[in-house]
Amino acid sequence: MSPSAKLKPPVGANDHVQGAPKAPVTIVEYGDYECPYCGEAYPVTKALQKRLGDKLRFVFRNFPLAEAHPHAEHAAEAAEAAGAQGKFWEMHDMLYENQDALEDEDLVRYAKALRLDVPRFVKEMEAHTYAERVREDFSSGVRSGVNGTPTFFINGARHDGPFDLESLLAAIEEAA
Amino acid sequence: MATENANKILAPGTAAPDFSLHSTPDQLVSLSDFRGAPLIVAFYPADWSPVCGDQMALYNEVLPEFHKFKAAIVGISVDGAWCHDAFAQNRKLHFPLLADFEPKGAVARKYGAYRDQEGVCERALFVIDPKGTIAWSYLSPVGVNPGADGILEALETLASKK
Repeated sequence: MSPSAKLKPPVGANDHVQGAPKAPVTIVEYGDYECPYCGEAYPVTKALQKRLGDKLRFVFRNFPLAEAHPHAEHAAEAAEAAGAQGKFWEMHDMLYENQDALEDEDLVRYAKALRLDVPRFVKEMEAHTYAERVREDFSSGVRSGVNGTPTFFINGARHDGPFDLESLLAAIEEAA
Repeated sequence: MATENANKILAPGTAAPDFSLHSTPDQLVSLSDFRGAPLIVAFYPADWSPVCGDQMALYNEVLPEFHKFKAAIVGISVDGAWCHDAFAQNRKLHFPLLADFEPKGAVARKYGAYRDQEGVCERALFVIDPKGTIAWSYLSPVGVNPGADGILEALETLASKK
């Protein structure tokens, strides 16, 4: 449990990954697109990536708190639907940059802006094609000891401290 | 924080002390209501903790995973029934919060999960088996949300023993 909370399963082929595959540091974020704290963490993760360059591999897994955030589940499915068309990170960024506009029609608008195959996107959203994928991420988070959003894992171990840039850099230094 | 109290919560193998507490101003919930299925009892310090993914909100999201094991969950704090009612509505909780309100903390004390100095419950988790025996217990540092992984592992172990 808490002091020893470990990422399960480890980062694998199914994950959305940015950065060098063999980077010495891997950060996994369990996040919710409607969560304001995740919104605060978003520019921090961008700054971390800029600062650490190819020393960092960044992974995002879905953890929508759907009871608290009514748009979070669809937003997560939208990112996965965009991912199926090779644009996961573009949608991920779009959602975090527009956290206060996550209605279904907004999601379609973003799909258009990203030049996705919109009919396919809409069809898959209506069929909830990626709901199971989102649920798998959520379950893996629960099993890994995710206790709120965002939760970060640094090289597989849960980071329990604050998630401003300095705190995360310090924690990374300690882990590396 | 946790270490000084680490051994005081009731251990696995102990019969779970019975309780009968208000879940709403006119409704009582008793341990015996849950006989025949596993019960998760989550003591926590207070309603209205100021974070998104607080402990009760997390369990609310994880309910479908608990239900796979046919397990029910109750939260217990020293807040009164009206307070619980408002909190549960605000967070859209789908499980009961019980008020260990009068005499204050009496049930938490029986489970070894009361913080005398602050006058609130510990952050302590118990999984009680279908016969009413404690199958697993865990005391978290009061400032750390313990998540749900330990509970799910305990439910899994319990299911595999059948």
